[in-house]
Amino acid sequence: MRAGSSKCGRWLSARTAEKAQAATDAALAAVFREEAGRLTAALVHVLGDFDLAEEVVQDSLVAALEKWPEQGIPEKPGAWLMTTARRRAIDILRRDKRYREKLALLERTPLAPEPTEADDRLRLIFTCCHPALAQEAQVALTLRAVAGFTTTEIASAFLLPEATVAQRIVRAKRKIVDAHIPYRMPDQVELAGRLDGVLSVLYLMFNEGYLSRGAQVAMRRDLADDALWLTGLVATLMPDQAEVIGLLALMTLNLARSKARFDKAGEMVLLPDQDRALWDGAAIAEGVQLLERAGAMRATGPYQVQGAIAALHSEAPSWEETDWHQIVVLYESLIRMADSPVVRLNRAVALSHFAGPEMALGEVNDLAMALDGYHLFHATRADLLDRTGEPALAREARLRALELCQNPAERSLLERKLRRSPRA
Amino acid sequence: MKYVLMFADTVEDQGTWEKLPQEQMAAAYESINKWFDEHSRSGKIVGGEELRGPSSSTTVRFKHGKPIVTDGPYIEAKEVVGGFAIVEVKDLDEALAMAKTWPGGGEGRIVEVRPVVER
Repeated sequence: MRAGSSKCGRWLSARTAEKAQAATDAALAAVFREEAGRLTAALVHVLGDFDLAEEVVQDSLVAALEKWPEQGIPEKPGAWLMTTARRRAIDILRRDKRYREKLALLERTPLAPEPTEADDRLRLIFTCCHPALAQEAQVALTLRAVAGFTTTEIASAFLLPEATVAQRIVRAKRKIVDAHIPYRMPDQVELAGRLDGVLSVLYLMFNEGYLSRGAQVAMRRDLADDALWLTGLVATLMPDQAEVIGLLALMTLNLARSKARFDKAGEMVLLPDQDRALWDGAAIAEGVQLLERAGAMRATGPYQVQGAIAALHSEAPSWEETDWHQIVVLYESLIRMADSPVVRLNRAVALSHFAGPEMALGEVNDLAMALDGYHLFHATRADLLDRTGEPALAREARLRALELCQNPAERSLLERKLRRSPRA
Repeated sequence: MKYVLMFADTVEDQGTWEKLPQEQMAAAYESINKWFDEHSRSGKIVGGEELRGPSSSTTVRFKHGKPIVTDGPYIEAKEVVGGFAIVEVKDLDEALAMAKTWPGGGEGRIVEVRPVVER
């Protein structure tokens, strides 16, 4: 009768179970991201096969998700996962005669990777972020192989059907095999370009998580936290790359404000209206310190500049007292490094507080062709039109922004502003 | 690993190429020949050809299994393939490194890198 009573117990203690579950989830996430990348790297090393290694690690994570919430996290979670992954690999290899040699090798290999072994996760990251793979596949593969996400978790983090994510991963791994994408660190000539690729994957991951934070979707994994963790890992493994530290600073500074980004009702609050007392002072100090460390390396780049802009916002006592002049200067240097219509849009916003909304509006209007499909272009234009006293045009722009906007929190913000504005 | 590098150009650049003055054409061919020579010496090039322009192309298209001959390339595209090289290298990165140094064609030239089926 055990099954029956436990089922009944589960119903009765749903709330307690939920609490316990949440605690386990956080612990599981921490264990997975510590272990998954090492495990995958170690197994690629033994098996010489990225696809198989990645697959069996994923299987071991799924097995852990089934067992650990009930049995508790084992004392040596890494060894548990390794044993499970290894067993699974042996199963797969036994079925295939071509792998006889690998099988023998695997059966001789110790249970856990040697502690002295150099951290091979960097190679893993660079392989997952190879430019020959579509960027969305790079993101999914990095989350799975390096941070220990399951396919289900990636799907829920990106609000995608699980089948879509699974197919992306299968396709990417097939391409790695078919096109012979090497499992190695890029050489010196390629390194700068390839690192840029890795950083843009990490930043994309971060933004995806950061924007949807506070939204109702309950998630086992927090994408923004994991992106921060991954960037920290790259920073540890490549300590002399200023832009990696710049990105880490940028993420740290943005996360420092996250408590103020949503009000009690779950509605999004933009920077000018945020309660600055809710900002995390320690995290801001840490972000600024990271920026100084990066700056000392004398190799400036777009992430450091964006970090510096974030720092100026974080250190301003109020929206009005922000050092807009300095922010405009930083946006100008960003334009010289990595010009894009979006950067120009942001510069125009800063300019509006420094040189007036009319001038900024002129600059924003010049971007109409390039940014017509971007909701924040229309939302920014609407705010500027409000300030120049053209509510009817502002309303029109805001409606267009709403049409283009997907994110629920941003949509609700636009809708609130629309309700407040008078109808034409 | 064997790959085919397919060299393409935009239709406009292809047009410019065909009307290039003698000495500029010669200089362009020299850099292309140098690329082929260098990579052949290191044993990375297995084969390759330059193709005549798309205006010389003829397509045989099958309709319900019956061949129909028409003038021109089989797809109307903004890019035209001008030649190809078959290369034998260690992995995709090495093939991409070769593709990145390809000198032939306009500023907007394209190189597609595809692995060959090896049996």
